[in-house]
Amino acid sequence: MELLWDGYIQPGIWIVAKILVIVLPLLIAVAYLTYAERKVIGAMQMRKGPNVVGPFGLLQPLADGLKLFLKETVIPTSANKAVFLIAPMLTFILALVAWAVIPFGEGLVVSNLNVGILYLFAISSLGVYGIVMAGWASNSKYAFLGALRSAAQMVSYEISIGLIIISVLLTTGSLNLSDIVLAQSGGIWNWNFIYHLPMFVIFIVSILAETNRAPFDLPEAEAELVSGYNVDYSAMTFALFFLGEYANMILMSALCATLFLGGWQAPLPFLDFIPGPLWLIIKICMVLFIFLWVRATFPRYRYDQLMRLGWKIFLPLSFAWVMLVATFLVVFDKVPA
Amino acid sequence: MSEQKIKNMTLNFGPQHPAAHGVLRLVLEMDGEVVERADPHIGLLHRGTEKLIEYKTYVQATPYFDRLDYVAPMNQEHAFCLAIEKLMGIEVPKRAQYIRVLYAEIGRILNHILNLTTFALDVGAMTPLLWGFEEREKLMEFYERACGARLHANYFRPGGVAADLPAGLLEDISAWIDQFPKFVKDFDRVLTGNRIFKQRAVGIGTVSAEEAFDWGFTGPNIRASGIAWDLRKSQPYDSYEDFDFDIPVGKYGDVYDRYLVRFEEMNQSLRIMRQAIDKMPDGPVIVQNNKVAPPARADMKRSMEALIHHFKLFTEGFHVPAGECYAAVEAPKGEFGVFLVSDGSNRPYRCKIRAPGFAHLQGMDFMSKGHMLADVVANIGSLDIVFGEIDR
Repeated sequence: MELLWDGYIQPGIWIVAKILVIVLPLLIAVAYLTYAERKVIGAMQMRKGPNVVGPFGLLQPLADGLKLFLKETVIPTSANKAVFLIAPMLTFILALVAWAVIPFGEGLVVSNLNVGILYLFAISSLGVYGIVMAGWASNSKYAFLGALRSAAQMVSYEISIGLIIISVLLTTGSLNLSDIVLAQSGGIWNWNFIYHLPMFVIFIVSILAETNRAPFDLPEAEAELVSGYNVDYSAMTFALFFLGEYANMILMSALCATLFLGGWQAPLPFLDFIPGPLWLIIKICMVLFIFLWVRATFPRYRYDQLMRLGWKIFLPLSFAWVMLVATFLVVFDKVPA
Repeated sequence: MSEQKIKNMTLNFGPQHPAAHGVLRLVLEMDGEVVERADPHIGLLHRGTEKLIEYKTYVQATPYFDRLDYVAPMNQEHAFCLAIEKLMGIEVPKRAQYIRVLYAEIGRILNHILNLTTFALDVGAMTPLLWGFEEREKLMEFYERACGARLHANYFRPGGVAADLPAGLLEDISAWIDQFPKFVKDFDRVLTGNRIFKQRAVGIGTVSAEEAFDWGFTGPNIRASGIAWDLRKSQPYDSYEDFDFDIPVGKYGDVYDRYLVRFEEMNQSLRIMRQAIDKMPDGPVIVQNNKVAPPARADMKRSMEALIHHFKLFTEGFHVPAGECYAAVEAPKGEFGVFLVSDGSNRPYRCKIRAPGFAHLQGMDFMSKGHMLADVVANIGSLDIVFGEIDR
């Protein structure tokens, strides 16, 4: 009995508690990201955005969530029922699971995995399955085209993201995200985005493509594919896709902050009194703002142009940068221990 | 193993599609993302306008023209009024002509704002749409102040316009002309030079000058192909010869050129509006012939004759001498023509409408062939299609 409690139940409760501490704020963050998106884009388009439900429209995301929750889930007769239902769950779960390795502060991480970045990369690669399954199972041509586009797109951009991450890893010498952040300690001039500025820019663009956001929102391209892979989804199944997409945006922003913007570290040493998680949140918000800003400003790429950008420009560039960094490290004998 | 034959995918693009601009149904035969054949299907908004007009008196028929191209209503009325005036030999007072020119150009800007911004939306840039609709709203207010309706104006009448402009309207339009270039500049800066936008627009849906002729293109679509054809210049109607303006012409005839031509036409329309306001003459706004135009309200209180005229005009209508004529205006979308046959009665014997969009839509197939799905959307946007006039 003693063993059962100490060995399994207590750690189990502890793990569940840790998961809840991350997942619940994350879901609220997702809800308010949609609110922020509508407000920010509204301001850019000279309109008000949500302002009716609650003070300043603050309850709007909850109202939207409730609406989606209460609606009927329609399953098209020609759809493959099982796959159709698994797809949104997969997308949503993968978007949450990845958060296990994101460090919010020194030691503030659910799982301090020493191959954290590989784990993240694996999870985000799996994300494409949710979309491909949804597109295929819907048995609709628009959804099918959206899924095909998404598969091609995510694969092409993941490769350049991988190479970018390699160049960061070369300079820090660890796959552990906490170590990557610690390697950037000591102020803004030690952050990776200064040494890897070209890669930082490419990374920002690539995460737009990776999360299927404008100007790379081809899988759902409103004007072409109506809504792409999720055209046949409604109610809770749609909500899961939606939450998954926004959770992924936050995740990618967190990754960006961790890899390039010093994670939880303060930009200047005397600002250390502000707790680490707050710094991380500020940085995530800054990257998220870029997501929204770009969405309000840019037209959408065409499918072939997107592929060209990925394979012919980003891939050679990031590959060349890996070579450059590696050569530099070896020649000047600066390879991290 | 026997040889597999791969069948092209057929995609039903519309009629319920966000980029179909109304009720366009496009049957696309696609090889993956590449379009092999684009087959536009029309008729989903057919209301039998031409036939209905045959059962209405001439004045009762004008509102139908608002409902053709509902993006720029007055330009359509214009063609119908010109046709009637041509058959009856009416000379329209100068002030009425200038007001018509002013409102035709407002209609052109209304149309071009809608087209350019929805085209931007089709290629993924959503912000200009919201900016543009603010300006459209102001223009519709000018519509409302002139005739009481924001959209279905019924303001142009055979022989002139329905009523004189209210006091202060010209000053307000003038003030609007001063501030409108700011929107044009913002729009220009956010979209015209954008690299993604250029990649999406340059070299897409190219129409050569010859093809444009063969397919009966008119308006901005033929001008983008390099032909300076504009009815306002080539056969001026309603004092267009008094105004100084340029015809923007494209060079390559692609989506981008059509975008640029429309863009510049907004600036030219501003010039015309400015001149029309500055030179606006005084005088009556409708022909002083009570057989065609209703008498003044004040006269009807005192004059029996005026009352009879009013009664006859709004019950029986006026009779148009037998004959046939074709009148066309340079509507924002192209040559909008009305072929009117009169048998001498108070109703048209036949009223054939030539909608520019109909001819442009035919070009969808050859313009889209070999392009990708996303380019079809750009093509539709750049052709400026409104189904009200195509289906009639």
